[in-house]
Amino acid sequence: MIDTVVFYLFAALAAGSALVVVGQRNPLYSALALIVTMGSLSAIFGLLGSPFIAALQVVVYAGAIMVLFLFVIMLLNVKREDGESSQSPGLRTTAILLGAVLLVQAGTVLWAWQVAAPAGFDASAVKVAQALFSSRYLYVFEATSVLILAALVGAVALAKRER
Amino acid sequence: MSGALAQPALMLSLLLFTIGVVGVFLRRNVITVFMCVELMLNAVNLAFVAFSRQMGTLDGQVLVFFVMTVAAAEAAVGLAIIIAIHRHKDTLDVDAFNLMKW
Amino acid sequence: MSPLQQELAIAAVKVVAIFVVLLTLFAVMTWVERRALAFIQFRLGPNRTGPFGILQPMADGIKLFFKEEVMPAGADKWIFLAAPAVAVITAFMSIAVVPYGKPFHAFGREITVQIADLDVGLLYIFAISSLGVYGIVLGGWASNNKYTLLGGLRASAQMFSYELALGLSWVGVIMLAGSFRIQEIVTAQAGGLFHWNAVQQILAFPIYMIAATAEVSRTPFDLPEGETELVAGFHTEYSSMRFALMQMAEYVNMITVAALGSNLFLGGWLSPVPSLIPDSSLWFLVKLFSLLFLFIWLRGTLPRLRYDQLMQFGWKVLVPLAVLNIMVTAGALAFFPAGIRAFFGFGR
Repeated sequence: MIDTVVFYLFAALAAGSALVVVGQRNPLYSALALIVTMGSLSAIFGLLGSPFIAALQVVVYAGAIMVLFLFVIMLLNVKREDGESSQSPGLRTTAILLGAVLLVQAGTVLWAWQVAAPAGFDASAVKVAQALFSSRYLYVFEATSVLILAALVGAVALAKRER
Repeated sequence: MSGALAQPALMLSLLLFTIGVVGVFLRRNVITVFMCVELMLNAVNLAFVAFSRQMGTLDGQVLVFFVMTVAAAEAAVGLAIIIAIHRHKDTLDVDAFNLMKW
Repeated sequence: MSPLQQELAIAAVKVVAIFVVLLTLFAVMTWVERRALAFIQFRLGPNRTGPFGILQPMADGIKLFFKEEVMPAGADKWIFLAAPAVAVITAFMSIAVVPYGKPFHAFGREITVQIADLDVGLLYIFAISSLGVYGIVLGGWASNNKYTLLGGLRASAQMFSYELALGLSWVGVIMLAGSFRIQEIVTAQAGGLFHWNAVQQILAFPIYMIAATAEVSRTPFDLPEGETELVAGFHTEYSSMRFALMQMAEYVNMITVAALGSNLFLGGWLSPVPSLIPDSSLWFLVKLFSLLFLFIWLRGTLPRLRYDQLMQFGWKVLVPLAVLNIMVTAGALAFFPAGIRAFFGFGR
């Protein structure tokens, strides 16, 4: 019972801050709202029985990626977004309408997907690590380390000043 | 315990994804568009975890791990690109980067 | 009372008790630090307010309470107000999973001296310390002052660089104990001095202490708040209670890191000679205070590192050494036959 209440609380928080991310004019406030969204998603992950992923969400997303975003916003001194958009208001309404269509269509499909969840679900850190290093995902795991190395080198090369 | 929450979690994931999509359409600042993309990635993560809970397998959790890794790499490179193009054009308006527009 | 009500009552008592003890410890630490630093520097320190200056923290608190709260013009009001709150909240969130003594029996159950014994306790602490960066970054930005912005950005870069080495130093400990739960990591060190992780992970313990010193921005890594550089770093523009909150966050972080070090590496409440002297919570307090004194001693003795020296040291020395430690530990656990493992007391 209390699980459901806490879930809906965090779901409301996540949806509300997502709307702030999209609606807020100042990118810094959008970034802070995105951090709140990620935090509430982490709580929901915990409620869904995945403590490892919940902790990783905070460590990787809210703790590292968003810090990077904040750094860039502060370094580039990004101001409030105002002035006329080159899009006509009709285009913007169409965008929102299409979003609503997506919501309704995918919503009906997802709502029809009613599957009973099994009771004994163990997604603790040890189990997830075992799955990661299993023969199925080991190659992908090693490949992601190469990916991160490439991203590291690429980011440094792109952001360096030309001397 | 938490199995009944997986269905509402899926709906939340869809809602967040839609908000992200609409944000990518509507916003003009490159960094905000990038943040909406991150929002979409988070929604997908939530969907993966919810499905993993519903099916009882750990494949969803492993995929979330990989999605996070790729998102981190993409964020680093994407922000470096944003810094580089800001140096050239001194603006972060998406409409200003239209050199390849026909 | 139903079992649920009993659990809630015990949890509430634990929260209040640990909170009160930590706040008192924070006040006492400010006094101890000032006196100890003074003695190291061949002077006396505060000795007027009360016997031996023991009432100095109270005097400081009263002074800070009555100071005028100044907010710089052009500062981002909400973020300026939120930054010290974020710093304090994250500092206090991480104290919840650290055990502060030996579990004892009462009311027919075993009560751990720990607010929440999470299955992913160490990951939780890593997550919360990642969030601790925001208090500094936002505080530096919101003050509308280029010195605080630079100070905030440098401080946060330092924090998450050394967080990496910190987390890597824990991996060896986690591998030996086989769990992220801090209670289990402590009990896995049972058996006397040679089973403590400070001896078994002889490379990881200094890495942890150095990374922890940098993580809480203590000398020699205290450039972010260096009093002679950058004015006062990211908390220049904060006065009165907000400044007190930032100081509280720093000291509580220091206490958490010292408590975690005593639990992870020095065996927590375990005694070094279990056959002679039994385990007790007093051992934990002894280890905690020795680590806290070590922090103060370092502050009084070592000069401050320059920022580029600091970053180079973190990335080029600590992280490779921590990875080396992980590789050696993993190799020892995987390849040595069970006989040698049992002899050296490795693993479970």
